[in-house]
Amino acid sequence: MKAFVCVKQVPDTSGKVAVRDDGILDRASMATITNPDDMNAVEAALKVKDATGCKVIVVCMGPNPAAGMLHEILAMGADEAILISGREFGGSDTFATSQIIAAGIQHYGLDDDDIIFCGRQAIDGDTAQVGPQIAEKLHIPQISYAADVAVDGRKVTVKRMLEDGYMMIETKAPCLITCIKELNTPRYMSVKGILEFDQKPYYVYDYNELKDEPLIDPDTIGLKGSPTNVYKSFTPPQKGVGRMLEGSGKETVDELFGILTGKHIL
Amino acid sequence: MILSEKHQMMRKFFREFAETEFTTELLDELEATGEFNWEIFHKIAAAGLTGTKIPVKYGGQGGDALAYTLMMEELARRSAVLAIYANTSNSLGGGPLMFCGTEEQKQKYLVPVAKGEKIIVFGLTEPGAGSDAGGTLTTAEQDGDYWVLNGRKTFISGAPFADWCVIYAKTDPTQKGSKGISMFIVDMHLPGVSTGKPESKMGIKGYPTSDVILENVRVHKSDLLGPLHKGFTTAMKTLNGGRLGTGAQALGIAQHCLEEATQYAKDRKQFGKPIAKFQGVSFQIADMAIEIEAARQLLYHTAVAMDNNDPETGKLCAMAKYYASEMCNRVAYKAVQIHGGYGYISDYPVERLYRDARITSIFEGTSQVMQIVVSGAVLGK
Repeated sequence: MKAFVCVKQVPDTSGKVAVRDDGILDRASMATITNPDDMNAVEAALKVKDATGCKVIVVCMGPNPAAGMLHEILAMGADEAILISGREFGGSDTFATSQIIAAGIQHYGLDDDDIIFCGRQAIDGDTAQVGPQIAEKLHIPQISYAADVAVDGRKVTVKRMLEDGYMMIETKAPCLITCIKELNTPRYMSVKGILEFDQKPYYVYDYNELKDEPLIDPDTIGLKGSPTNVYKSFTPPQKGVGRMLEGSGKETVDELFGILTGKHIL
Repeated sequence: MILSEKHQMMRKFFREFAETEFTTELLDELEATGEFNWEIFHKIAAAGLTGTKIPVKYGGQGGDALAYTLMMEELARRSAVLAIYANTSNSLGGGPLMFCGTEEQKQKYLVPVAKGEKIIVFGLTEPGAGSDAGGTLTTAEQDGDYWVLNGRKTFISGAPFADWCVIYAKTDPTQKGSKGISMFIVDMHLPGVSTGKPESKMGIKGYPTSDVILENVRVHKSDLLGPLHKGFTTAMKTLNGGRLGTGAQALGIAQHCLEEATQYAKDRKQFGKPIAKFQGVSFQIADMAIEIEAARQLLYHTAVAMDNNDPETGKLCAMAKYYASEMCNRVAYKAVQIHGGYGYISDYPVERLYRDARITSIFEGTSQVMQIVVSGAVLGK
């Protein structure tokens, strides 16, 4: 049994957002963090490792600087890391990305009792599409919005959160689970983990490494092969600070009326 | 010094841990009650911090002195007292075991201490033997397979809740000064061991400190730590490592002072503009930043020297502890000064930082003892 975790390096949106002329995020000029939901996926996989002793392989598609993030996840306790990186993959939308990541996982080897963990969605694109699409490409079951995961042999039971309740879903590995922040609290790196991370296997899969995978079609990867393209990215203008009017009487309503009239809204 | 990728990752880990776990509510509670908080101690232990500098084979994390320095700096940047929670096992408590414990002693004591399952503290100071630790009056007399200990230790940080205490006692009264002293691992639950009332301290509240009283305490001979009559050498070695830690703690406090003062100077307006626009304030901030960086480089250099068994390490540790703790007090003074009246009010963090800073030039060797060590090394004895 193995646990794969898919992670993405995203811009730290608590800082300034930079956009290139072509409307795509200028990732190089922004501080980066590991996508928060993905950290919950990492923790979920490490918990399975704690319970079963299985191997945890962290998978990321991105440029070389993503290595720093992978090093940190190895220092948290993951066993191996795969960076899928190549010029040919650049500019991929969710359809192309999930195809490439699925190919990477297949290239490494997906066994019958493996589980793939993903974060629910990334804080940059907010699509929540890559995880489910990876499952579709690999023809395995998927359970999204996991708030609790129990693994018993090949049987996987997941509490799937809905807006007003939850479902209990049972499936069989291999399967893919997308995780939400309610699932767990990600552990920290450890000093011992940091000292040992560079002794763990670290693979870089470029286009040549993956090109013979059945899922890789040169016409459906990268910016050109993506069915969707980002038209424009922008930071929404800051709204003014709100003001609370206290009280419930006529005076408060009069005050509100006065403010709205003053602004020519009424 | 340019940190390696690994040391940068460690810094990030220590910083994230402190910023996440050391909440304002927790810090206020420690300040208000002065009591040891077991919940945060267990979190610190679970993250491996109690074993940062202890070898992996003894349950620790295997970090070097630089890792330990970074930990103390980053934890103290958020809380001077919680830095001590992680410090003791790596420093004064675990130090004597690491230096001269037998394999059995290390397995029995160091392993649970590294994991934070047990707490060991350091009992050297006595009412009449502070800077002059050679004036130790606590005695240990052999009686068959046991040593019988009598005496009083004072200002023992962590004593009220510790499982074990490393006690220094005179085993050969015929030898003068620092000679004829031995170390014992004393179980704090043994008959005859008691602790005094926790002291009411100026700062670092939340880590109780008290006397340890020993009345005919029978310690088995297997708990003699290190060679007989030669405990003082180990005490000095342990204090070297401790000085690096307290220096780094001072650095963290000072860094926090700078951050508070900088923010306040930008926010506070007088005469129609932020006070940071006045050179009387901005130059103070420049002085703070310069001194902090100088202390940081000296501490990191000292840590690397220690990791490389540099013969200058003892002198460097004293220099770094002296400079960082005196610097910390100067910086804390300026931080309060920049805050004006608000700096004197406990609603503002600098009030606590000012009090926390004060201990750094006193404990684990006063600044004046550091000057003795440094001048001795420079002038020759």
